[in-house]
Amino acid sequence: MALLKLTSPHAHTAQSTADVMKLVLLATIPGLVALTVFFGWGTIINVLITSAVALICEASVMRLRKRPVMFYLKDNSALVTAVLLGLALPPLAPWWIPVVGTFFAIVIAKHLYGGLGYNPFNPAMVGYVVLLISFPVQMTAWPAPAPLYPAEIDVPGFWQSLQIVLPFFNEAITGTVNGSIDAYTAATPLDTFKHNTGLLVEQLYKKDPLFSQGSWAGIGWEWANFAFLAGGCFLLYRRVFTWHAPVAMLVSLTLCAALFYDGGSSSSHGSPLLHLLSGGTMLGAFFIVTDPVTSATSNRGRLIYGALVGILIFIIRSWGSYPDAVAFAVLLMNFAAPLIDNYTLPRTYGHKKSRKATEKKDEGP
Amino acid sequence: MRKVWDLIGGVHPPENKHQSVQDSIGTLPLPEKLVIPLNQHIGAPPKLLVSAGDIVLKGQPLAEPKGMVSVGVHAPTSGQISEISDYPIPHPSGMSARCITLIPDGKDQWIEHKGVDNFRDKTPEELLDIIRSSGITGLGGAGFPSAVKLSARQPISTLIINATECEPYITADDMLMQERPEAIVEGIKILSYLLGEPDEILIGIEDNKPKAYEALEPYLEGTNIELVEFTTRYPSGGEKQLIQILTGKEVPNGGLPADIGIVCQNVGTTHAIQRAIVHGEPLISRVTTVTGKACATNRNYQTLIGTPISHLLEQNGFNQSQCSRLVMGGPMMGFTLENSEIPVIKTTNCILAPTEDELPTPPPAQPCIRCGMCAEACPASLLPQQLFWYAQSQNYERLEAHSLFDCIECGACSYICPSNIPLVQYYRASKGEIRKLAAEKVNADRARQRFEFQKARKEKEEAEKTAKREARKKAAEQARAKAAENATASTEDSPVATSATAKSSAADDIIKAAMARAEAKKASPEEQRAKLERGVVRAESHLETVEQRLQALGSEATDKQREQAQAAIEDARLRLEDAKSKLQAAPESKPDKAKEVMAKVQASPKEALEKKIATLKDRINVTEEKIAEAEDDALKVALQKGLEKQQEKLRDAEQQLKDAPTESTTASTKTEDAAATAIAKAQAKAAAQASMSDEEKLRASITSLQARLKKAQERLVAAEEEGSEHIDALRTGAEKLQAKLTSAETELSELS
Ligand code: SF4
Ligand code: SF4
Repeated sequence: MALLKLTSPHAHTAQSTADVMKLVLLATIPGLVALTVFFGWGTIINVLITSAVALICEASVMRLRKRPVMFYLKDNSALVTAVLLGLALPPLAPWWIPVVGTFFAIVIAKHLYGGLGYNPFNPAMVGYVVLLISFPVQMTAWPAPAPLYPAEIDVPGFWQSLQIVLPFFNEAITGTVNGSIDAYTAATPLDTFKHNTGLLVEQLYKKDPLFSQGSWAGIGWEWANFAFLAGGCFLLYRRVFTWHAPVAMLVSLTLCAALFYDGGSSSSHGSPLLHLLSGGTMLGAFFIVTDPVTSATSNRGRLIYGALVGILIFIIRSWGSYPDAVAFAVLLMNFAAPLIDNYTLPRTYGHKKSRKATEKKDEGP
Repeated sequence: MRKVWDLIGGVHPPENKHQSVQDSIGTLPLPEKLVIPLNQHIGAPPKLLVSAGDIVLKGQPLAEPKGMVSVGVHAPTSGQISEISDYPIPHPSGMSARCITLIPDGKDQWIEHKGVDNFRDKTPEELLDIIRSSGITGLGGAGFPSAVKLSARQPISTLIINATECEPYITADDMLMQERPEAIVEGIKILSYLLGEPDEILIGIEDNKPKAYEALEPYLEGTNIELVEFTTRYPSGGEKQLIQILTGKEVPNGGLPADIGIVCQNVGTTHAIQRAIVHGEPLISRVTTVTGKACATNRNYQTLIGTPISHLLEQNGFNQSQCSRLVMGGPMMGFTLENSEIPVIKTTNCILAPTEDELPTPPPAQPCIRCGMCAEACPASLLPQQLFWYAQSQNYERLEAHSLFDCIECGACSYICPSNIPLVQYYRASKGEIRKLAAEKVNADRARQRFEFQKARKEKEEAEKTAKREARKKAAEQARAKAAENATASTEDSPVATSATAKSSAADDIIKAAMARAEAKKASPEEQRAKLERGVVRAESHLETVEQRLQALGSEATDKQREQAQAAIEDARLRLEDAKSKLQAAPESKPDKAKEVMAKVQASPKEALEKKIATLKDRINVTEEKIAEAEDDALKVALQKGLEKQQEKLRDAEQQLKDAPTESTTASTKTEDAAATAIAKAQAKAAAQASMSDEEKLRASITSLQARLKKAQERLVAAEEEGSEHIDALRTGAEKLQAKLTSAETELSELS
């Protein structure tokens, strides 16, 4: 009689890792749509390029490591990294920006550290930071939100965007180098605050169309952030991650911003709302900080981890020289995650206190 | 409503209970044979009372409890014992154990039995005796003897009846409550009486058993028994979890529920106790659920203990071709059976025969994405993903720090893991490994104690030997002093030869003694010495071999192997030392003496010392490297010890080098010629000495000392003039000579 010998449990949930990843991909759709509505086709093109490169890189590495390629491709983890990186990159960046970034994310940050589950640093953020440091010009050129385009310039359509992103392609077809991104770029809300000299927050909000046409934190930006928030809530509802890290991050960021708001003076670093709804705040809070591999392990640990990311974001935004800070803050805290883990073991049933991960003497089995 | 606490973590797998609650608890026709494992409980196996060929009646004891934590087994029906042999029993490992095979005679004839009319007339001890001799163990869990659990020493304030039955598929307790609520409530009253009427009696039941709830409710009126319903969530039926849900208290780590005044009993057990006390029936059958899509009918049966699973399956239209695995117990904690001939035992609450669709073979595990879903599900608040990580890397220290042993193996983490990692399997394996290592450590500790005892004994023997030697020496000296009356002078002026004289004069007596001994043994000192030298060489090579062996062990070696190797090295080292000291103590023949001198001269003491220091330093380097490489703590400690010893030796050698008197600077310049002269002198001197009386010898040495002193003083003066760096050494050398001279002179004056 051929009976299977298996150990318990014999039952198993239907949800697989690939399903979890699919949910995350699904949850990015609102953000992708919002970014496209306000900043054009650039983001979608980014995501397409990063996804293609990510799949190629993942498959090649798997072949090199002599692993079953399809089995690993099917876990969708490379796609998640690619999509998150694509969302974070400035739209209409030249094609090699997403390519280089994805290569770094998948090959260096993920696989050189042992692959899925073993990477100490968030791959998408490693890719982003490598790009930001190496190509600051391309990485800081964000297009203006569509409603703010000057009357004489049209918002680039899909083909036009493609031409901007792939200049050689354009050249091969039309014979001319057409369309530089420079025509479309504008300061982001965070840039505006960084370079604000002399204007009270209130005046700035009235004067700058970026704010006067928006409601809270700059037209376009606020909606993209709301969209990511919505996606995040969906994932929370589906229990893909726990609330601890994102909520802690948003709360600490809000508190910092409130503390340094300075009554809206000309040297203010911006209101809490500005910080919550501009830049990569919500993308970071619900898609990056929640990355389970690189964050702290226990819920208590995640509270600390999230809160520290929030504080770091505010510090780097306010006093650093980069326009946004989510990537740096996350990578810095990735370093600290194992340490946090060591001190935040949950209290086990029947124990009076929680223990330390490095504790030596056991109370005995 | 009573407050209930939330289960920490937990999962909610599909319940699949409806299939088996459509029909009442059925009975099965008698099987052809019953196979009754002797030991179905946790604790000591009972004592066999029957032998093959015996005719037994239903309910007759087949084995009686032996010791406190033990229960007996009884004949489930009347018939004949056909054999008592090893037989596969229900166990995750598929092992075999002693079983009694009973061929039913079909009459199902009861042995005479009688219940207790009013249990309150009996003392709790008497009732506990009945429970023990009725073979009652916990029917829900691991099968712990109930009498032991009920004779708690601590005062009990809360009695909890576990009616949760949280595992999917299983409905045995549910049906029992639906059909026999009255008996169960009576059983609870017996338990309450046994435990000295605790303040609180709670029946914990999940909200997916409304019928059982309704059935029990009417019988609880007017009692202090409370029926507490809570949300269905696995594993709320774990004893620790149920206690936490109902009382908010936690069983302290390493403790028992009784420590916090709680006793927990399963409903099935409660019912069995009621049967035993009120009806005098031992535990010979239980309710077992037969379920799974591979069976045409899903139902509960009052099953005789010892019924082969195949019989249960056949009676339920089992379709073997559809069944992929056979599980005893539920889908969360049950274990697979290797064949269907295995019997039902006291803890068999369910036989699950699922189809492949129902419980598919798990797909290969993917990497852990550290999603933390397992941690959310863990009822013990562990971090399963970290446990998994450390289990993979076999980091047992971290595993224990992460409280591996608080894992109740409920399987909630494996159930929820999206990467299909068989987490529990890793925990079981690691627990087994840690237990094994702990057991080995106990053994190794014992071995070490034995070894240390041996070492101490050897040292003691060694010390005794030295003491004897000293005593002999003294006696010889005294004898010599008396005999030395007519001493004449003789001159000889070679420091080497003088020292040889001194030594040989001391050695002479020992030689005499040794000669006598050797005579008896018919072995010349030379032969003896050679033998001892061979011994040293042998011991040295042995030490080398064992050291190499330790190195070769490498990182895979278990602690035990290392300990053994360590012990072997220590042993070898002792033997070597032993051999060396014997060699030193051995009598030296005169030609040997000359050889030794030659060797000494050839390699001046300084050179020899320097060489020794160099080798020691080399060895220390090697050891330090080894320490750096060693990952294992035990190995490290051992190596560290070795290093310290080596360093000590090095310090000694360096000290010696520093203290080496003037000859060390001059000796190095000596040539072989000098050696030859010295030998000649030494030989001449030895020959002369043979004809000298003791006084003569003394005088001779005084003269020689005087000459040496003079020379030394001259050298000292010369050195002082040159401002040589050896002044200090020279001065001490001169002072030493002076001292020797003085003592020799006093000796002489005493003699004459
Ligand atoms: S549920 Fe599985 S994949 Fe997720 S953290 Fe736990 S072990 Fe890893
Ligand atoms: S099997 Fe152990 S680690 Fe897993 S959920 Fe149960 S108690 Fe926690």
